[in-house]
Amino acid sequence: MDARSFTSPKPVPVVKAIILLLRPKLLGALGRGERGRTIGKRIPTLLFSGGAAFAFLFFVGTKLLRTLREVPEVGPLLASKLMGLALLLFLGILLLSNLIAALSSFFLAKDLPMVHEAPVDWLALYGARLTETLGSSSWMVLLMVLPVLAAYQAVYGGDVGFYGLAILTLLPYLLIPAALGSAITLILVRAFPARRTRDILAFVSVIAGALLVVGLRVLRPERLVNPEGFRNLVDFLEVLRGPSSPWLPSEWMAQTLVGYLEGTFDPFWLWMLWVTAAAFVAGGAAIHRALYPRGFTRAQEGAESGTRGERAWKILNTALRPLGLERREMILKDSRVFFRDATQWSQLLVLGVLLFVYVYNIRVLPVHSSETMSRFLVSMVVFLNLALAGFILAAVAARFVFPAYSLEGRTLWLLRSSPLKPDIFVWSKYWSGAVPLLVLAVALTALTNQILGVVPGVMALSVISIIAITLALVAQALAWGVAMPRFETGNAAQIPTSVGGMLFMLSALVTLALVLVSQFWALRGYVRSGLPWRETRDPTGVELAIALGATLVITALGGFLPYEVARRKVRAGTV
Amino acid sequence: MIRLEGLTKRYGSFTAVDGIDLEARKGELFGLLGPNGAGKTSTLRMISGILRPDEGRVTIDGFDVVDDPYRAKARLGYIPDRPFVYEKLTGAELLRFAAGLYGQEGEEIEDRIAELLSLWDLERWADELVESYSHGMRQKLIISSALIHRPRALVIDEPMVGLDPKAAKLLKDLLRAFADSGGCAMISTHTLEFAEVLCDRLAVISGGKIVAHGSMDELRNQAESANSGLEEIFLRLTGGESQRELMKVLAG
Repeated sequence: MDARSFTSPKPVPVVKAIILLLRPKLLGALGRGERGRTIGKRIPTLLFSGGAAFAFLFFVGTKLLRTLREVPEVGPLLASKLMGLALLLFLGILLLSNLIAALSSFFLAKDLPMVHEAPVDWLALYGARLTETLGSSSWMVLLMVLPVLAAYQAVYGGDVGFYGLAILTLLPYLLIPAALGSAITLILVRAFPARRTRDILAFVSVIAGALLVVGLRVLRPERLVNPEGFRNLVDFLEVLRGPSSPWLPSEWMAQTLVGYLEGTFDPFWLWMLWVTAAAFVAGGAAIHRALYPRGFTRAQEGAESGTRGERAWKILNTALRPLGLERREMILKDSRVFFRDATQWSQLLVLGVLLFVYVYNIRVLPVHSSETMSRFLVSMVVFLNLALAGFILAAVAARFVFPAYSLEGRTLWLLRSSPLKPDIFVWSKYWSGAVPLLVLAVALTALTNQILGVVPGVMALSVISIIAITLALVAQALAWGVAMPRFETGNAAQIPTSVGGMLFMLSALVTLALVLVSQFWALRGYVRSGLPWRETRDPTGVELAIALGATLVITALGGFLPYEVARRKVRAGTV
Repeated sequence: MIRLEGLTKRYGSFTAVDGIDLEARKGELFGLLGPNGAGKTSTLRMISGILRPDEGRVTIDGFDVVDDPYRAKARLGYIPDRPFVYEKLTGAELLRFAAGLYGQEGEEIEDRIAELLSLWDLERWADELVESYSHGMRQKLIISSALIHRPRALVIDEPMVGLDPKAAKLLKDLLRAFADSGGCAMISTHTLEFAEVLCDRLAVISGGKIVAHGSMDELRNQAESANSGLEEIFLRLTGGESQRELMKVLAG
């Protein structure tokens, strides 16, 4: 209390200050959960889900690589190409994820005013926030990369040195998009003087989506499965031998690791990775020093006032009238919040671009290039299409339905203290997510099946299946969102990256896999009839009925049970 | 009107509210006082149906909050200590939504919204997003949302936080008028002056238990502190006196 006892604090070394700044975040992450629940109680769930995901990806990876390995000449080249493609895809995800995470950790985090008020060195702040951005946006990608790398090691018989090298390449591979993402976010915050987060996120999403489109189209992956498109085999092999994107860290990492496995290790690529990572971090730090203080101030500028689209809300209000007052008000409220929150609606832009790429790729698939194979290929692609459409729906549900309960968060008091029935709450949340997803699912499946030219019976089966899958996935997303909510984050884009989000994706994938396996089993006779040495025929009514019946049973269970869980959880939380 | 019987709430091994018995009657403003972490907010959250009690029961106007939540909650308005509301709704939309939760809509509600916004000088802000509201304006909006359905009982957690002097005076007048018209309010506050002036009866809660309750005179008797003000009584009942003496020593 005695002001005379004041002494000037000693400067804290940068590394120590970084650790100090990260400590509360780390402790918070470890202790996150309801009162009385600690990380210890969640370890079995984490280990099981992580282990299952690892085993699944490892299994698929080794199967694929073994198959490729048996193809003479082209096989090893395709395997190398595949690693480059996978790492490029992950790099894209990392960049987008880092842009959003940086916005949160550098500008929107609630502890920032306290940190700014303290005598914290700028470099320590940059280091701590960069590490935080790196951690929160990379862990999920890391979970996907590790089993892929392990599969390569297992199939190509790499020694322990491979893992050392993998760590050495992973660090700069993850660091580069983190430093770049943070720097871009900082420049954007600084460059949009009067506007705020909303515009930045929308801009970031469009840029990211566009980059993804450009990236995928530049690669022209369809060429790899269509050697006939090349003038001769030599041209085809040349394309496979050359790096896909020699200027990107994903290719450097692939070259380093595949080179090591093939005994042609070139340290140049590893050197490129580290030098680039160092340059990006140094550049990012310089940009941070120059722009951050003003950028942070601008990010705090006033919130938006006024609303638009009054007419659209009136139309929706009238359209929802038959649902009754409480359901209508819940859906109207959720819709208003969604379309006025840039962290939510901006994700639609990326989704739109992804869907465009998906449909485009189906259109350019070389299924009709060889007459004798076309029927077999088409029936295989129909299954693949259902799987991919289901995966897209799961990803969309993770983005939009899973966070629905978490986003109520600190405003739940209003709902819980009101006489709103929990069943109405769950119903509203379910159908607000299910209706737009059903439109998307049916449109996507019907359009792509139309492009593939499937027979009417298969078309009907696909459309009914995707409707049933959608209804089940929405229930699962809602249930996981209610069971493992993240109330503490205000950024909707970050909620699906939680453990609950990962568990939802796993349960969605299991549901999808069960549906596909049962359908494939029921229709195996029809699929085989497409092979060149067999007589072609349409699927029989019995085959379609069995496939449909199995799908409906699986999705009914996979939808009803989670819906019930969500209802009970909300009821238990509410008096 | 609001009756608590053996109300208990535990968080793990920690008992936040320990068998509380209380009653706030019709036409009464009932103050709930206590140091930080005493269990006031947990108590109010159980009354409003946000938390489920581990033991005991709460009734509002005779309806059990656990067994008959819809009828109990329909009679209650809750004002939380922190004004978290949907940032992306306008003030008028939020009030319309709140009314919808209580099954009310139409012209009568539109008039009520206009009336409440005008009462708090918020008409100009009716169509602005809540994210552009100040802390005090949000508090006023939350008070309005608790009153929109014309409740018979109010549960209020720290009503004065963020309010300017004019709004604070208005709130006091509003609560008095609410009680005089047959309503009942249970109010948790740290503003002892507010409690002393406004509340008809008070309860002091410490460590999750009621340590004293009654009118000001009854509290003075229980604290063996005749002619004392509420601050004096509060410190005596909650063990704050020793801290005050320590502060004197530290200040030299």
